[in-house]
Amino acid sequence: MASATEPPQRVGWLEERLGLASIRAFLAHKTVPVHAQTLWYYFGGITLFLFVIQVLTGTLLLLYYRPSPAEAYESVQFIVTRVQFGWLIRSIHSWSANLMILSAFIHMFSVVFLRAFRRPRELTWLSGIALLGLALGFGFSGYLLPWNTVSYFATKVGTDMAAAVPVVGHGLARFLRGGNDVGGATLTRFFGFHVAVLPGITTLLLLAHLMLVQKHGMSSPQRAVEEYRRKGLPIPQMPFFPNFFLRELMAWYAALGVLGSLAAIFPWELGVKADPFAPAPAGIRPEWYFLAPFYTLKLIPSHVWVFEGELVGLVGFGLLALWWVVLPFWAVNRQGEERTRLVTGAGVVLVAYLVTFSALGYWR
Amino acid sequence: MRYGVLAFLFAVPLAATDSCLECHSVLEGRLQAPAKAFANDIHARFGFSCADCHGGNRNEMDPETAMSKARGFVGKIPRTAVPERCAHCHSNASLMEKYKPRQRVDQMAQYRTSVHGKRLATGDTKVATCIDCHSVHDIREVKDPLSPVHPLRLPETCARCHADPAYMAGYKLATDQFANYRKSVHWEALAKRGDLSAPSCASCHGNHGAQPPEVESVAAVCGTCHVVMEDLYKKSPHQPVFAAMGAAGCVVCHSNHEIRPPNVGMLAGPNAVCSQCHDATSAGGIAAAEMAQQITSLEKALARSDEILANAQQSGMEVSEALLRQREGREDLVKAAVAVHAFETAAVQKPVNEGLAIAAETYQTGASALKERTHRRLGLSVSLIAIAVTMLGLWLAIRSIEGRTTPSS
Repeated sequence: MASATEPPQRVGWLEERLGLASIRAFLAHKTVPVHAQTLWYYFGGITLFLFVIQVLTGTLLLLYYRPSPAEAYESVQFIVTRVQFGWLIRSIHSWSANLMILSAFIHMFSVVFLRAFRRPRELTWLSGIALLGLALGFGFSGYLLPWNTVSYFATKVGTDMAAAVPVVGHGLARFLRGGNDVGGATLTRFFGFHVAVLPGITTLLLLAHLMLVQKHGMSSPQRAVEEYRRKGLPIPQMPFFPNFFLRELMAWYAALGVLGSLAAIFPWELGVKADPFAPAPAGIRPEWYFLAPFYTLKLIPSHVWVFEGELVGLVGFGLLALWWVVLPFWAVNRQGEERTRLVTGAGVVLVAYLVTFSALGYWR
Repeated sequence: MRYGVLAFLFAVPLAATDSCLECHSVLEGRLQAPAKAFANDIHARFGFSCADCHGGNRNEMDPETAMSKARGFVGKIPRTAVPERCAHCHSNASLMEKYKPRQRVDQMAQYRTSVHGKRLATGDTKVATCIDCHSVHDIREVKDPLSPVHPLRLPETCARCHADPAYMAGYKLATDQFANYRKSVHWEALAKRGDLSAPSCASCHGNHGAQPPEVESVAAVCGTCHVVMEDLYKKSPHQPVFAAMGAAGCVVCHSNHEIRPPNVGMLAGPNAVCSQCHDATSAGGIAAAEMAQQITSLEKALARSDEILANAQQSGMEVSEALLRQREGREDLVKAAVAVHAFETAAVQKPVNEGLAIAAETYQTGASALKERTHRRLGLSVSLIAIAVTMLGLWLAIRSIEGRTTPSS
């Protein structure tokens, strides 16, 4: 029986050219900690899997999609009604986008509650947060592309909010819209962001994120480490390949099953073509992952002291986001002790806020 | 100089003093009411005062001088003099141009031709004058929703007299017009849908020149809005017959005030209006039944397509193009209902055939969408089984691998 480092004869040709032995050796030595919270490790992989689905289905959609106000809606309508399995590809693309963001949020909060951001994984955290931001950017830019009524007016509201940002707001809104209002230039621009700019940056950051995960290995929860330390044992490990990889593969298949079911039973709606001259319909709201800040901004009064309410809200969200981004740096005090309760409390409050305000924003 | 400044400061308030309002606003009851109401009057907004209608001098604080008959004070204006008093300004084109350049100035001329105007000229003071419809002392613009002649309030304003049997007793006129109008499709459009262009009393009878339309002009009155129907009716075999009978065109089938939404029941069935003149076995009765059958067939076909498309849409199938085509089918249904006024089955058949073709096409789209939905669900089931089998295989593979080894420490 050949060992893991010896190549089988049939791959000898490739071995000579690619040096697969080093990859096999790397895989043979890579391990994953085994403990009660191992389940949460799969969400990073599921997010990556859904991103790959996005790239594949997005590429197929590109074959038919036309990014202009006159043709965008009709081209998507053509995809879902005339192209063989076009409805499935479009529906999977839309559902996968939403599941990817949901999975990324679960991954982020599992990292917070398992303290996986601790030294020396600060850069892994930062690159992950940047990837989440890019995923939201994908969502925002992709939402407009079908050029339907809901997406058009939601983009109007979204870019109006950008305009309220102090100092750079006006320039930022103009940059996003490609003009003073949402129109053809905005669609072309969002299309460019969605299929070229964001994928390029995401690919680079994703590679950096994966390299950092590889360099530092999987983090073990402090509680599990201490539990085994008390027993005088190191935390148990399972081989990454094939044990963890096969489990991850099962998780991907499960995700594929959920994704396929959603796409087939609840095909993503196309809506009504956008009419820029029509009044905004009632009940315009953004995608679910923007609902919590959207609803919060609606609750803030028009004026808070001498400042505009929207401005106060945006500055507040900006500071909150910044505070969250630098989490690894305030999670430890000057004496090097972990602020466990503070981090857990902040995580719980944030999850409760996002769930409650998203639900309120959806139902009200 | 000092007095000059004081004179300037007080000049404007002094000039704006209106002794009529100042005194009457502190009086009580009917003497105070006009002064209070006048604050909302359009004339007050343009700077007119009590004295412009009632005469007298508004700048005089002494009641004797202010309401001196020698200064033209008339007090309560007799009802017979009201139209002339209003017309004093409202028939003056050059004066009205200063305030309402686009307002007509022929109200008085029209009023004289109206039943109200003619009877008033004979001394009948019970008939409506300007103030009975427009109110007095709180006269508002017609577009003001609080005005009694605002389109939404006009029917009630006319009904104040015309629906009062005691008031109308001497005129040999029915008093059920308003009650009937409230059952009509026009009232539904006006009051329930808030469509200000929907017809009310003045649309058919005129406003200042109000009078009932003559029998021969009924079709022309209805045709003001229902242009195509009027055109078809005029060319139809009914027009000369109704004219010879002295029957009032549209009213024969549709009634006058109680105009209900048209339906195929008007053509055939127990309540058919056609059966009032045409026996069911006569050529006219057979034609009416055939037209009813044509329209019913299109209604049923469109409803059938609506149902299957709604079912497909609820299942997430994209059928928006077919739903748009359904609208075209509904337009054909309207065209068929309009074509009935030609009273020829061939005229109705043409839009019905076009609508039926659309309904067949949209039904086919709905059926295909439901078939596609079944295929999708079948495909999903097969895929889910394949995924489940693969996951089971992976789980067995993991168990097999981990049966041979244990997690390393």
